[in-house]
Amino acid sequence: MSELKLLEETLAELFARELKDGADPAAMWQRLEEAGLTLAGVPEEAGGGGGGLDEATLVVRVAARHAAPGPIAETGLLAGWLLAAAGLAVPEGPLTAAAGGSLALRRDGDGWLLDGAAPRVPWARAVERIAVLAGGQVALVPVQQATLSLSANLAGEPRDDVAFDGVRIDAAQVGAVGDRIDAEAFHRRGALARAAAIAGALERVLELTVQYSGERVQFGRPIGRFQAVQQEIALLAGEVMAARAAVDAAVERPDLLRVASAKIRAGEAATRAAEIAHQVHGALGYTEEHRLHHFTLRLWAWRDEFGSEEQWARALGEQVAAGGGDGLWLLLTTTEEEQE
Amino acid sequence: MTYRALELRQPAPLPHEAELRAEVRAFLATEEFVPLCDAWLAGHDPCFSRRLGVGGFIGMTIPVRYGGHGRSVLERYVVTEELLAAGAPVAAHWIADRQTAPLLLHYGTEDQRERFLPLIARGECFFSLGMSEPDSGSDLASVTTAATPVDGGFLVTGRKVWTSHAHHSHFMLTLCRTGPAGESRHEGLSQLIVDLQAPGVDVRPIALLSGEHHFNEVVLDDVFVPDALVLGTLGAGWTQVMSELAYERSGPERLLSTYPVLAELVRAVGPAPDAARAAAIGRLVAQLVALRRLSRSVAAALEAGETPLVEAALVKEVGTRYERAVTELARLQLPIEPHLGAGGRLEELVAQAILAGPGFTLRAGTSEIMRGIVARGLGVR
Repeated sequence: MSELKLLEETLAELFARELKDGADPAAMWQRLEEAGLTLAGVPEEAGGGGGGLDEATLVVRVAARHAAPGPIAETGLLAGWLLAAAGLAVPEGPLTAAAGGSLALRRDGDGWLLDGAAPRVPWARAVERIAVLAGGQVALVPVQQATLSLSANLAGEPRDDVAFDGVRIDAAQVGAVGDRIDAEAFHRRGALARAAAIAGALERVLELTVQYSGERVQFGRPIGRFQAVQQEIALLAGEVMAARAAVDAAVERPDLLRVASAKIRAGEAATRAAEIAHQVHGALGYTEEHRLHHFTLRLWAWRDEFGSEEQWARALGEQVAAGGGDGLWLLLTTTEEEQE
Repeated sequence: MTYRALELRQPAPLPHEAELRAEVRAFLATEEFVPLCDAWLAGHDPCFSRRLGVGGFIGMTIPVRYGGHGRSVLERYVVTEELLAAGAPVAAHWIADRQTAPLLLHYGTEDQRERFLPLIARGECFFSLGMSEPDSGSDLASVTTAATPVDGGFLVTGRKVWTSHAHHSHFMLTLCRTGPAGESRHEGLSQLIVDLQAPGVDVRPIALLSGEHHFNEVVLDDVFVPDALVLGTLGAGWTQVMSELAYERSGPERLLSTYPVLAELVRAVGPAPDAARAAAIGRLVAQLVALRRLSRSVAAALEAGETPLVEAALVKEVGTRYERAVTELARLQLPIEPHLGAGGRLEELVAQAILAGPGFTLRAGTSEIMRGIVARGLGVR
C-alpha cells in the first residue's frame, strides 16, 4: 500500500474515532496536531509536519469526508504555507489567514503597522493568530488585536469580517515573500483547498446515498432496486469521480489551468451531487436530524468560497482564448518537465 | 447492501511523453487532412492508416515479434489522444488496432497472431465488429447468428447490424452462438473471424440520418469459417468480449470525439472574448481536464493488469455526455447556423458533431447500461 493510502486510512480512523457523538472537537485537533497532520505540507524547518501538497490536501479531503470541524485547511495549506514562505516559525494551534481586501502593512520604526480589513475570514473567532499577507509581507497577528464582525457560511462555519486599525507588530513576526506569493496566489491556493474539501464531502454524500437506497423500502422493495434511482446514483458517482480526478490533477500541478479546473469541476459536482443525494434521501435527508446536511450544506458553501465556478471559468477561459485554438491542446498536454 | 467505493489509480508520469507527442505531431504535420469530428468513425482513409502504420503508430502495444512496437498502454493512449485531438482520419484501422489486436494477443493461436498482427500493425488489415443484430442491441447475449460445425470448420448464418465500415474492412470479428445459452445466457457464445470476401457474405449499406454510409447490415448465409479462424475457446465468447470492454469504454475516444469543435470555438471567439464566452470555454476546458485525468487513471489500471470495468463504464458515461455538451455549448456562443460544407470551420464542425451526437451515448453500450454497471459496482441493488 502506498504511503498516501496508508495516511488516508490513518486519518479516516482518527476522524471516525474523535468525531463520535458527543466527542470534543478540541481533542480531535490535539490528536491531529500530535500526529503532525495539522501542518502537513508545511516544511519541517518551519515547524511543520513536512510532506508535500498531496499530503496537505489529503488531510483536507479526509477531514471533509468526516465533516471535521475547525480551520484544518486554513492552518496548514494557507497560514502554514504563508508563514513558512516568509521564513517565520509556524506556531502550534489552529490558525487562519487573510490576504487582499484593503490590508496594508507599513514600516513603523523597528516594527510594522497593520491597517485595513478583510471580509469573511474563515474561523477568525476560533483561532488565536492569523497570518496576514499584504504588500509582499506576511505578518503573524494575534486575532485579539483585530475587530471581528461575526458571520458564517451556509454550513454555520465562522466567516468573520476582520479589521485592523493601526495594529503594531513586532518585526520578528513579519517576513517578506516578495513577489513569490501575492493575493492571487493566495486565492488560488484557497480554491484548491476548497476543491479538495468538496471532493471529500462528495465521497461521503455518495456513500450515504448508496446506503440509504438499500435501507429505504417503498412499494415492497429497497428503492435502490428501482432503475430510476440506480441511474441517478450512477450520475452522482460520475460527479464524485470527475471532481476527484480534477482535484488530483491540480494537486499534482497547481497551475492556473488545473486549479481553476478543480474548483470549477468540484463546484459543478457539488451542485449536482447535493441535488441527487437529497432527492434519493427524500424528506428525511432534508431534516436536521439526518446527517446528510453536514455534507450538503458544506458543499453549497464551499463551491462559492475562493471563487465560484463562474469566476474561475472566466479566468480560465480568458487564459485559453489568449493562447488560441492550437494553443489549447499544447496547454493541456505540456508536461511538467517541458514547462520547467 | 454494502457500499463499495470506486478507486482512482494515480497515473505515474510517462517517461518521454513530450517526445512521443512531438513525434506524432511531426507525423501529422506532413499529412493533409481536414480535421473531423468523430474522426474515429467518420474519417475512413486506408492510405492515411497505412502511412500511420509505417510511422509506427498502429499496433503500438503489439510485441515486436508480431510486427508491433512493444510500447505500453499509456504510450498508445498518448498517441491516440494526439490523433483524435487533431481530428485525423483514423477510422479504417481503429477497430483492428484497439480491439482485435489485444484479443488476438490474449486469446489467439500462434498462427492467428503471426497471420494478422503484422498486417494490423502496418495498417493494412481492417476489422469490423459483428456484435449487434436486429433483435440484439443492449441485450447482447440474445444474439442468434448461429455457427454450425461442419467438416473443418463452421457454417455461419445470421444478420449483423450497425456494423461500421464492413464495406471496406477485410474481416469481421463475429459473435455467434455455437451452443446452448445455459442459465446465465452467457454460455455457448463464440467469436469467429469472418472473411468479408467469403462466399455467402452480403454487406448492405445502412445510411445514417446524415446520409453518410458508415453502418452496414451484414447478412451471413452459410458462410464457411475454418476452425483456424475461431478466436479463443469455443463457448467462451462472452468472457472474451467482456475482457476487452474496459479498453473499449475508457479510452480518449470517449471524450475527444468533439475536441475539434472546442479548438475551433476557441479560435472563433478570438483572443479576448467577453465574460460569457470565456466562462463557457473555461467550463468545457475544466471538464476536459477532469475527464482526461479520469480516463488516464483507468489506462493506468489497465497497464497494471487490472480490469476496471466499473470505472471504465463511468468514464464512458461521463465522457460521452461531455462530447455532446461541447457541441451544444459551442453552437450557442456565436451567431452561427451549423451546416455541412462550411469547410472545416466552426459551422461545419458543429454540424458534424450534432449529426454524430446520437451515436456517442449508444455505441459500445448505452449510457443507461453504463449507469447500471456503475450502480451495481457501487453496491446498489
